[in-house]
Amino acid sequence: MTYLKKSPWLLHYDASSCNGCDIEVLAALTPLYDVERFGIINTGNPKHADIFLVTGSVNTQNKQVLINTYEQIPEPKVVIAIGICATSGGIFRECYNILGGIDKVIPVDVYVTGCAARPESIIDGVVTALGILEQKRLAMKTKTKTARAADAR
Amino acid sequence: MTKQIIVPFGPQHPVLPEPIHLDLVLEDERVVDVIPSIGYIHRGFEKLVEKREYTEYVYIAERTCGICSFIHGATYCQGIEQIMNIDVPERAQYLRVIWSEYSRLHSHLLWLGLFADSFGFENLFMNAWRIRERILDVMEQTTGGRVIQGSCKIGGVRRDIANEKLDEMRRDLDTTEREIRDLTTVFLQDNSIKHRLRNVGRLSKEDAYHLGASGPTARGSGVAIDLRKTGYGAYGKLNFQLVTDSCGDCYGRCAVRAQELFTSIDLIRQAIQKIPDGPIDIKVSGAPNGEFFTRAEQPRGELVHYLKGNGTKFLVRSRIRTPTLTNIPPLVRMLQGCELADVPVIVLSIDPCISCTER
Repeated sequence: MTYLKKSPWLLHYDASSCNGCDIEVLAALTPLYDVERFGIINTGNPKHADIFLVTGSVNTQNKQVLINTYEQIPEPKVVIAIGICATSGGIFRECYNILGGIDKVIPVDVYVTGCAARPESIIDGVVTALGILEQKRLAMKTKTKTARAADAR
Repeated sequence: MTKQIIVPFGPQHPVLPEPIHLDLVLEDERVVDVIPSIGYIHRGFEKLVEKREYTEYVYIAERTCGICSFIHGATYCQGIEQIMNIDVPERAQYLRVIWSEYSRLHSHLLWLGLFADSFGFENLFMNAWRIRERILDVMEQTTGGRVIQGSCKIGGVRRDIANEKLDEMRRDLDTTEREIRDLTTVFLQDNSIKHRLRNVGRLSKEDAYHLGASGPTARGSGVAIDLRKTGYGAYGKLNFQLVTDSCGDCYGRCAVRAQELFTSIDLIRQAIQKIPDGPIDIKVSGAPNGEFFTRAEQPRGELVHYLKGNGTKFLVRSRIRTPTLTNIPPLVRMLQGCELADVPVIVLSIDPCISCTER
């Protein structure tokens, strides 16, 4: 985590999960695991967030909510699918109302498996996401520089 | 007349861990009406009974909700056992009570924490969740899972707890009880908390009864109902006092849950003391033929599973009615006339579990 220059803020959305992964996401913030010591804060506002944690397997009703929330997060952003439901639909994949995995709706960068995903693996997923976030940030920087150079010419 | 405006609350909202949508009809700052709409977590897994064998469906029933998961699994098993006339060994029944009460402890502590967060007491939230980890540790040591246990099966349970471990659990409960006592003292005695919660979201005893409130929401308004008193499983052999509160406001509902933690600890102690030796399961053969309504007390209230089988390995119908669903009409009544700033506290005071409600 030496490359971590800024405090990443999380946004969590429950897209038809059973609650198991959601409470484990919250548990990661509380004293035993305490990710806040790394400057990671759970925010409720998509405009403040860098990392988007999604649990559950997406149904037709919350599909649009998920897309709206995702689009409101400023670039660069990383999406983490938490739990086996978010990854592939899991135990509910054959249900009539389930789209099966959030990558059917929005692009996903990190997959965290488990039913329910353990706080340790969620933290591991977030740490992996930080690396991807930094790469995306650098890529954006180079892109702006190239664009500026092109304008100057 | 002042102009009415509608403010949407949710589905994605900082105070809600799960999505529910409320349209709040406001006159200035006062809420005059509330129109709830649900369906964000609907998965439709009741229909999966047609695709999964009745023995496998236990694990799906358990995933109705990640908070009261064990009780969902146990209630489903209880229903199938009634249809098939299976006599569950006594040790298994006691183990089910122990795990159910641990679920209740972890659920109530979780709720107390979220509730503290909703009225802006973050330190208390962190402390409630710190104590909750002790409960989850016991869950993990005895079942292998923190929030989804998978330890219940038709005809008994899948894992035994060794008697030495039971003794250790009983000793640990003393420390846990002391810590919980410190925590609940803050909830029940702190002046600023009292000031914040008293007379917020009032629900009269009559309204609670007629609108079908259940669980701590009903008991917080003075309606003494608790399914555990019907004595299903091993509850009939254990003694406990019903906790009720006559305030009917957010403080009353908070007080009921805080005191129920001690009821649960007491029930676990009694169960550990009385648990007999013996087998933990019996062999089940055949398939369920018939239908049954089975009921149990979840941390949030009365849970009903309806099951219907036709003599094959696959059930014909499963239907779950969860406590949060019956607590939504009382919630609408509580919100009418409150101030906009109180909405998050009142919504949380019924302990909404949306993934149960919508399944």
